Amino acid sequence: MVMLKQNFDFISKRKIALVGSGLLLLISAASLIINGLKLGIDFTGGTLIEVGYSEIVELESIRSALETHEFGDATVQHFGTAKDVLIRIKPREGVNHSQASVQVLSAINSSSEQIADLRRVEFVGPQVGDELAEDGGLALLYSMFGILVYVAWRFEYKFALGSVAALIHDVVITLGFFSVLGLEFDLTVLAAILAVIGYSLNDTIVVYDRIRENFRNLRKGTPSSILNNSLNQTLSRTLMTSLTTILVLIALALLGGEIIHNFAIALLVGVLTGTYSSIFIASPVVLALGVRKEDLMLPEKEGLDIDTRP
Amino acid sequence: MQNTFPLWKNLFVVMVLGLGLLYALPNIYGDDPSVQISSTRTTQLNDDQLNLIKETLTAQGIVAKAIEFKDDQILVRLENLDDQMKAADYLKSALGRGFTTALNLAPATPAWLRAIAAEPMYLGLDLRGGVHFLLEVDMDAAVKQAEERYVGDIRGALRAEKIRYASIAKVNDFVQVKLKSEADAANAKAVLGTEFRNLKLSDGKELFVIEARISLDEQKQIKKFALAQNMTTLRNRVNELGVAEPIIQQQGDARIVVQLPGVQDTTRAKEILGATASLEFRMVDVKHDAQRAAKGKQPIGTRLYRERNGKPILLKRQIIVTGDQIVDASSGLDQNNSAAVYITLDGIGAKKMGRTTRDNIGKPMAVVFIENKVETRISNGKKIRHKEKLEEVINVATIQGVFSKRFQITGLDSTTEARNLALLLRAGALAAPIEIVEERTVGPSLGQDNINQGTLSVFVGFVLVLVFMAAYYKVFGLVANVALAFNLVIIIALLSMIQATLTLPGIAGIVLTVGMAVDANVLIFERIREELRNGNSPQASIYAGYEKAFGTIFDANITTLLVALVLFGFGTGPIKGFAVTLSLGIMTSMFTAIMGTRMMINLIYGKQRVKRLSL
Repeated sequence: MVMLKQNFDFISKRKIALVGSGLLLLISAASLIINGLKLGIDFTGGTLIEVGYSEIVELESIRSALETHEFGDATVQHFGTAKDVLIRIKPREGVNHSQASVQVLSAINSSSEQIADLRRVEFVGPQVGDELAEDGGLALLYSMFGILVYVAWRFEYKFALGSVAALIHDVVITLGFFSVLGLEFDLTVLAAILAVIGYSLNDTIVVYDRIRENFRNLRKGTPSSILNNSLNQTLSRTLMTSLTTILVLIALALLGGEIIHNFAIALLVGVLTGTYSSIFIASPVVLALGVRKEDLMLPEKEGLDIDTRP
Repeated sequence: MQNTFPLWKNLFVVMVLGLGLLYALPNIYGDDPSVQISSTRTTQLNDDQLNLIKETLTAQGIVAKAIEFKDDQILVRLENLDDQMKAADYLKSALGRGFTTALNLAPATPAWLRAIAAEPMYLGLDLRGGVHFLLEVDMDAAVKQAEERYVGDIRGALRAEKIRYASIAKVNDFVQVKLKSEADAANAKAVLGTEFRNLKLSDGKELFVIEARISLDEQKQIKKFALAQNMTTLRNRVNELGVAEPIIQQQGDARIVVQLPGVQDTTRAKEILGATASLEFRMVDVKHDAQRAAKGKQPIGTRLYRERNGKPILLKRQIIVTGDQIVDASSGLDQNNSAAVYITLDGIGAKKMGRTTRDNIGKPMAVVFIENKVETRISNGKKIRHKEKLEEVINVATIQGVFSKRFQITGLDSTTEARNLALLLRAGALAAPIEIVEERTVGPSLGQDNINQGTLSVFVGFVLVLVFMAAYYKVFGLVANVALAFNLVIIIALLSMIQATLTLPGIAGIVLTVGMAVDANVLIFERIREELRNGNSPQASIYAGYEKAFGTIFDANITTLLVALVLFGFGTGPIKGFAVTLSLGIMTSMFTAIMGTRMMINLIYGKQRVKRLSL
């Protein structure tokens, strides 16, 4: 049986963690402000065309074919293999975008001996793109709010703040990762970010649950020692679950295909930061907010009365 | 102490697993290439067609696996793709134009499974290939059209009451009625007030002017009607295209989702779906010179048009027949081998056409082709809806004799154009122009790739977790692995039962669930280890481990479920698929990881005196 060292002093290391996290958050925020995210056409609008060839194809020939047909601003790149090509056309003035895919296909086929196999077309009109972005932002906000309320109800408001702080930490760093590396941010990545929230919260709740239990059962001990004990008791579970999840995510990233590659990457980064934050952010925040034994005691009898708060 | 489940609990777990296996089973049978025959608006399938299909297939030596007739559809299952193509061609020509033949891949679920409503999962377009369109109905245009109709109606009402007016015209967002005297204005107001209850009347700034606005309720009605009418028309058009299992759904107030599985020719699909082509028949004005009218003012009672070659032509304002009155249209070749559309009019149209042709033998009549196009473009960073109305005279012919119900028109550029026009006339016009605001097309090769890669990553991820769990938790790990496998089976069974759409992100959701589903077991097993370390007996540790871990698992999963629900609420298409599989996975994993493993652990260790647990 593998035994993990069960008495690591996490709480005393929280200052170091704070500096590390702060640095990462700073880099992320700076990159998000300066570089922004490389938004996919789901959010910007535009057209994306993926074509497949039976043999390896030169990008230059496709580019020149597109240039002669007035798609000079298209970005052309290989996608996955040298036989697959991805063409992106930005939304621009005076172009009928719903027809662009047809024109692009005929343009590249007219100037090449190989006939392209149309694998995928995505066209998002400008009005839809804005809505998707708005819905995505709202989804993030609403899920954060829902979590805040649920955790405050099940535990206590200090825990709610702690868990949301950890979530914001994870989301910002994952977004920052995409910004720094210039990875494309599309709808599936947004879904991954939301899944990260779910996952990271899962981790945090498990720790909180143990903290609550220990506060109720242990008569002695300072809050910081109780937190430390709780973190150590849940440590092997935290690491085990993260490991299994990371294993499947690696499988997904390597084998799942190009379309969900970024989705898997976002989840991987999110699961890593989520595991870290449930230990080094969520609990220290609760401590910093001054958690006490009384916060978590079972409600007295009068607590069973009908709650008259609005 | 012993750890045992009551009999009913064991039976319950076994029953759920059995049902899971049963309903997941249809997914392993694959598809039959098949031809799907359905009726159109004017026809009804019956045993005659069934017999005709059987005869045709026998005559061509094609062996059908099965022929099924249900829900006003005939499904012919075939052995291979070659037979499918051949059968589709022969059946199409044998059945004629009254029926739609479409290629389809029908699930090859055995009859006994279908009898208990067990079906395979419904694959999304990203897995089976096809086109997804999001169409936006131009609601402003619908209201504008209604206002224009009111102009005519008001004119008619005032005439009927013999109230003299100076002018009636649409101005901005209302209809302006100018009258000649105070008394006329009062009378007109009274007449309009009783006749058109949906109009809000008010006095204009000028004297004797009434402004009529469509009430908000009526506007809502108009928009609702436009959407419903457009959906009907789109459904007709999609049926004409011959697509198996199309989805046409309303989304929001002004949008329609159209999904066409298996369709590859998106160009044609787009042309047909978005087109607003219609026809008008008008007499040619021969009294005035069209060239001069093109330069200056057009004579009263006429409208200036252009022919396809750009030549101006003057037509009379009065319309003889419009596209609405066409009940059937088919394309073909005329005696000179040029493309023609054969038209059949309804009763009223036929009467009008008959009267007009009788009175005008020897005079020229024109066919006007009308098309509305709408699209949103970005100009100076702003979104501007760009509208274009194309009206051209495609044909001018001298009336040789009287005709009414059936006749042909020529002057079209190609047989394709004739075919498309005939289709559009048959399917009916759109109540308001529509614009494609989103398109997602996935080719069949990519769809298959997505399925393969998705399945592979589920498989590899699954095996990795199995190995890891078995190595770390020994017998308990193996038990968790069995539970995990059943979790997968139950997810697939549930997805099949509710016929939720499985998308690529949905598969990713399943993969993620595999990773997270073991979490419950990890929590329980770690708890049991802890209890053992604290010196408790194995049986007591098992009991306490499950009891204490439950609250944690519950809390942790509820919050994840909360996030999945938000995802479902806000996500569109593929994201929804992810949310569905994730939430299903969370719920099923609670069952398999807690009840399922507990049952197995109980059976293995529950009744004996255990000294050591293999954990």
